[in-house]
Amino acid sequence: MRGITHARWAAGAVATALAATGCGVGGASGGGNGGAVLSSSWGDPQNPLEPANTNEVQGGKVLDMIFRGLKKYDPRTGRAQDWLARSIRTGDSRNFTVTIKDGWTFSNGERVTARSFVDAWNYGASLRNNQKNAYFFGYIDGYDKVHPDSGGQRADTLSGLRVVDDHTFTVKLNQKFSGFPDTLGYAAFAPLPRAFFTDHAAWVKKPVGNGPYTIESYTRGSQMYLRKWDGYPGTDKARNDGVTLMVYTDSNTAYTDLLAGNLDLADDIPAAQLKNVKGDLGDRYINTPAGIIQTLAFPYYDKRWNTPGSKKVRTGLSMAIDRRQITDTIFRRTRTPATDWTSPVLGTGGGFKAGLCGRACTYDPARAKALIEEGGGIPDGQVKITYNADSGSHKQWVDAVCNSINNVLGNAKACVGNPVGTFADFRNQLGAHKMTGPFRAGWQMDYPLIQNFLQPLYYTGASSNDGKWSDKAFDRLVDRANAETDTARAVAGFQKAEEVVRDNMAAIPLWYQNGNAGYSDRLSHVALNPFSVPVYNEIKVG
Amino acid sequence: MGRYVVRRLLQMIPVFVGATLLIFLMVNVMGDPVAGLCGERACDPATAAQLKREFGLDKPLWQQYLTYMGKVFTGDFGTAFNGQPVTELMATAFPVTVRLTVVAVLFEIVIGITLGVVTGLRRGRPVDTGVLLATLVVISVPTFVTGLLLQLLLGIKWGWIRPSVRYGTFDELIVPGLVLASVSLAYVTRLTRTSIAENKRSDYVRTAIAKGLPRRRVITRHLLRNSLIPVVTFIGTDIGALMGGAIVTERIFNIHGVGYQLYQGILRQNTQTVVGFVTVLVLVFLVANLLVDLLYAVLDPRIRYA
Repeated sequence: MRGITHARWAAGAVATALAATGCGVGGASGGGNGGAVLSSSWGDPQNPLEPANTNEVQGGKVLDMIFRGLKKYDPRTGRAQDWLARSIRTGDSRNFTVTIKDGWTFSNGERVTARSFVDAWNYGASLRNNQKNAYFFGYIDGYDKVHPDSGGQRADTLSGLRVVDDHTFTVKLNQKFSGFPDTLGYAAFAPLPRAFFTDHAAWVKKPVGNGPYTIESYTRGSQMYLRKWDGYPGTDKARNDGVTLMVYTDSNTAYTDLLAGNLDLADDIPAAQLKNVKGDLGDRYINTPAGIIQTLAFPYYDKRWNTPGSKKVRTGLSMAIDRRQITDTIFRRTRTPATDWTSPVLGTGGGFKAGLCGRACTYDPARAKALIEEGGGIPDGQVKITYNADSGSHKQWVDAVCNSINNVLGNAKACVGNPVGTFADFRNQLGAHKMTGPFRAGWQMDYPLIQNFLQPLYYTGASSNDGKWSDKAFDRLVDRANAETDTARAVAGFQKAEEVVRDNMAAIPLWYQNGNAGYSDRLSHVALNPFSVPVYNEIKVG
Repeated sequence: MGRYVVRRLLQMIPVFVGATLLIFLMVNVMGDPVAGLCGERACDPATAAQLKREFGLDKPLWQQYLTYMGKVFTGDFGTAFNGQPVTELMATAFPVTVRLTVVAVLFEIVIGITLGVVTGLRRGRPVDTGVLLATLVVISVPTFVTGLLLQLLLGIKWGWIRPSVRYGTFDELIVPGLVLASVSLAYVTRLTRTSIAENKRSDYVRTAIAKGLPRRRVITRHLLRNSLIPVVTFIGTDIGALMGGAIVTERIFNIHGVGYQLYQGILRQNTQTVVGFVTVLVLVFLVANLLVDLLYAVLDPRIRYA
């Protein structure tokens, strides 16, 4: 009978399909659950885990555990301390001599020498390696040859780097930059072992560094198990046996897992859970300032925002935003209303100056309305705030900012949000100068220097100056501050430059962002550093 | 039969080319993917140009498509932006999603058809009304509500399951599979019920009963087999939908499957990942449809393919 043979054949096919899907179960490696190992939420790093190619927090977490550089930023104060560097000396803020401490090795036993740094930096700067943080080496002499803006690469190594002996190398910059040593705690400046260059593919699969942890196993896109490195020579040894980083598809799921006791540490508590977090976790919730500021930037390539009167309109808009109400209700105090253009994590010695913005950042409906009218009103009668709708709670706060402005102006259509689907598309439109009104501009510092909050964002032609703001006085003040050899005077110089930003209201400062995290009762001594990354090596388990 | 299969396979070629071309165009309309790679700053122009060259993005679109298709036929689906070959992503994502789909389809078949038969045979009785109401509720509640609710109740409040999936084994996928299947399950119930209720009154069933066949044999051999055709069609097309449409379920339960990879590919505007995964999904969909058509002949011997 025809039907029966078919039925057998179909049953066979189903059985084969089941068998085929059945295999491959449990492919992920377990990654030691014994001992004082903690599990922590993670996201899939966007780029390969090379130090000069990692520009987001998830990859940064790993680099922070497996690398130590010449300097390290104190997890509490953010101050740059000598770590592998014995000293970094300069007489003119342009020629630096770096000497390295004895006794440091990579976890594979190789010694960390001057060459480990120089080779790593040359690799990071070289155009052919496609390193996305290459511009960090842009201050070093010869960068324009190994990484020209156009045309072919004309040199393989930076002429400004020279190895003197095993423990010493010199750096020549192409301009004066007194803050240079303090930038060296950034991951891009980490030393690299020979294995990175000789067997690159294997290294990327399982990176080897010189930090307090070593990577025991790494299943891409799902989890990484980092074990404490017992031979770590530094003073910041890990106080737990290891960390398992687990990739979560969604921060809500990570939070649920934390509540169910399946996860020890979840950073980035989802906004929707902030109102429950105190009740759910009590003291096991931390909310500390991070080096992140959110601003509204303006398209200065659009003539309507570049008129003599538009400065008043911008200031008026700034005064029309009730920052306190938004940070309290939407963000549940995980943001603090901004009163300058830097971040509290810098400390007053580092250039943070509360209240530098003055009245211009204080909610004052009457004055705001008057200023906007004096300045000629809002161009075309409507402000459109552009933002990317795929992450964070951008939609909520943009709508709230617009509401605040609309209430002040007594016009329900004076301000509307203009969402863009993805971050990539948002960046595209910024790059193509398509903004017609203010847009979201978030800035997370690379290193805790006031220079990093001003120069990349407001200097003429700088990489994150998406609104193309340009002011000769500002540029001159920044150049002068960079050339100062004395830190205090350099900071004062940058604050002068910041006042130029204020007087023109180049961008509206909104709020300083905090890092937040929740942890299980197995853990203690949990803290976030100023980069909103958990300080893993200090965490105690049990 | 053999010729029919060959003809159907040949028909797949234009569908396949058309579908991939459409996806390719759609992803490219979103703009330059390199712009999203450098965080909150413009990529330095030299690196951006080099990355574009490396991913072939500096070429005209038709040429990109041809190169891509040429490589696909040799089994090379390109490289994701994090340096991982797309085939490697597929090798980790598809087994998990296939397992999830299998669980979901099993739920549809076992629960859906059983409920459908029971209600179809007892039309108008309380059990029928009750199940109908229940399916109405399931259909009208969105998947993410069911998912989050079950996760909260079973995972946290009662502690019966782990709220998240870690390795993607069958036992971990039971609850996610149920959530994923829930809406389709309700449809399967309703389809089976209608079909059974209609065929119950047909001549051949009356003949079978008159012959004195046992009730059980009448139902399974005669009634059910004829009533299953629309249900099989539905489940067959649903396989493709389940595999590609699990984005919500996969995000809620932390399943690193196809939906998750697609979501991340779209967020990061990763053409290679998105086109590669969708291409495979298109194939799955086509093959599932072919299998459904072949199954018709099994269920109803009157249907023949030549």
